[in-house]
Amino acid sequence: MAAPKTTAIHGLLAEFDKPEALVEMARQARAEGFTKIEAYSPMPIHDLDEALGLKNKLPLFVLFGGLAGMAVGMGLEYWTSVIEYPTNIGGRPHFSWPAFIVPMFETTILFAALTAVFGMLIMNGLPQPYHPLFHVKRFAEATRSRFFFLIEAEDPRFDLAGTREFLARRKPLSIEEVPN
Amino acid sequence: MKDHPKTEAREALIGPGHTIASITDKISEIVLAPLAKTPLGWHAVMGIASVGVIALVTTIVHLVTTGIGIWGNNIPVGWAFDIINFVWWIGIGHAGTLISAVLLLLRQQWRTSINRFAETMTIFAVACAGMYPLLHTGRPWLAYWLLPYPNTMGMWPQFRSPLIWDVFAVSTYATVSILFWYTGLIPDIATLRDQTRSKIARFLYGTLAMGWRGAASHWNRYETATVLLAGLSTPLVLSVHSVVSFDFAAGIVPGWHTTVFPPYFVAGAIFAGFAMVLTLALPIRAFYGLKDFITEKHLDNMGKVLLATGLIVTYGYAMEAFTCWYSGSAYEGYALQNRLSGPYGLFYWALILTNCTVPNILWWAPARRNIWILFAVSMSVNIGMWLERFVIIVVSLHRDFLPSSWGMYSPTMWDWGMFLGTIGFFVAAFFLFLRLMPIIAMFEIRLLVPKSGVTGKELPHDHDGGAHSSGAQGAGAPAMHDHASRS
Repeated sequence: MAAPKTTAIHGLLAEFDKPEALVEMARQARAEGFTKIEAYSPMPIHDLDEALGLKNKLPLFVLFGGLAGMAVGMGLEYWTSVIEYPTNIGGRPHFSWPAFIVPMFETTILFAALTAVFGMLIMNGLPQPYHPLFHVKRFAEATRSRFFFLIEAEDPRFDLAGTREFLARRKPLSIEEVPN
Repeated sequence: MKDHPKTEAREALIGPGHTIASITDKISEIVLAPLAKTPLGWHAVMGIASVGVIALVTTIVHLVTTGIGIWGNNIPVGWAFDIINFVWWIGIGHAGTLISAVLLLLRQQWRTSINRFAETMTIFAVACAGMYPLLHTGRPWLAYWLLPYPNTMGMWPQFRSPLIWDVFAVSTYATVSILFWYTGLIPDIATLRDQTRSKIARFLYGTLAMGWRGAASHWNRYETATVLLAGLSTPLVLSVHSVVSFDFAAGIVPGWHTTVFPPYFVAGAIFAGFAMVLTLALPIRAFYGLKDFITEKHLDNMGKVLLATGLIVTYGYAMEAFTCWYSGSAYEGYALQNRLSGPYGLFYWALILTNCTVPNILWWAPARRNIWILFAVSMSVNIGMWLERFVIIVVSLHRDFLPSSWGMYSPTMWDWGMFLGTIGFFVAAFFLFLRLMPIIAMFEIRLLVPKSGVTGKELPHDHDGGAHSSGAQGAGAPAMHDHASRS
């Protein structure tokens, strides 16, 4: 969106050893007007959702997934039992809807669960075998014990020296340039 | 003092002095340590389980090449070990879903140490369960005929039958359990990818972790997905065992045709599953020194669940007997009499002893913290729940309406080979998993470290105030559970 930056790096990565510091960093960066930012932690930190203003539409997709499963389940049962292959089972009606509820319920759950998992993966851009952050050696700690904050070079407010100075104000353990 | 509810809530869920780094190292070490460091107990269990796997493979080869006539079930007892073991295994699997889903929704923090155990147990238990109906079809390579698909025979499943409901319920359950389990593993696999020094392991874990980096926006969707899956799995698990019970309850055989089956099957499943969690967790806790993560508090809670579900199951037995009498039906009355004092009467009384009597020792608090007593009770329940299915299935079938069609059942060596074989397969698969994947959900345990979920003081939604900063154990965990309330 902004004019391409002259820097060839992906962004600047600050490392913290306390989750509180990461949350505070996120809050400040957002207040400062940075938009291309991301926080990394070894476990979910709920305060970050607030600090970064994160929302997601996954529940809505899952609702539609479940409704689709419901329609597919009942549709399949209706079509096979009434139209394609009607059989007289103990004199019961072809459309024995009370008995059809059980498979319909299962397909509802199945479609909703598939939507939840694959929806989450797709919206997260996973699987993603390559990411510039994997070049940073210390970043391996992001899944063990350390907390990282990234400001991408693509951010309109990003400028190498100024942003580095901004990150340094929060006293991180380290600041690294992430190669592209 | 310990019995005071407030005090108990504060009891540590992890050992003292742990940081998020030490948790990661301790748990990932189980996987990443060189083979030579694998505890002797692991090798011993694996060795015994491998014998079972060989028995299973041998039985299946003989079964498929010869036919299901090698089993002991025959008219009038057309269902025996194959269905007993199917129900037994699928019931065991249900505790996994209960611990990972229901306890998540109920915000029970103690579940975090044992949820991976339980979910893994579910996967392998469902795999064992699935083998029975597939092989009982006699031609397992045609098992896809169970599914609705356009075929040259022009035939479709008959959706009014509980047996097709079972196909839908169990296959959905297997799929959703695998999804839930794998989703839960992703962040922990990423940890292994970053911790391992082996290039091959890094490639393999890296592939499975799918590029997980722990980004806040990813965690956000991840947690939403987890909570939604929990919400979906909860009614699913109830439906699966209810449907399994319909296989019987919808039939007219005396001893099967009863409305109490769905709830009592579900309670029995949870009962059996918690017993199996204890059976697996107690030795593994000892072999790998995981007392800091699976604390006495966890054992105590599991003991309580075992006791409570055991009492529900006992109530189910009482109601079943009452209904047989109260129905006034001669056949139902005889079914009860035959259970209590027929040729298989011993099985019924053994069932009452193992399922209804023995677990009552767990009323006594010290028993819930004694690993030997707990292990003994869990084994008793494992056996008892197997006997329950034997009593329901074989004892009901062997004497139904017409005395002219009565008969007896006894299993053959191939029945036993298959049963002990699946136990071997289950244990072997579980112990392999233990060496290859983190057996405790690291990212969730990290939240039990004080303040790891952040104090959240400046946030408007902060509802439990200063309690977090007091350093109380488990203060961080609400970060995860808060989500449940909002979704």
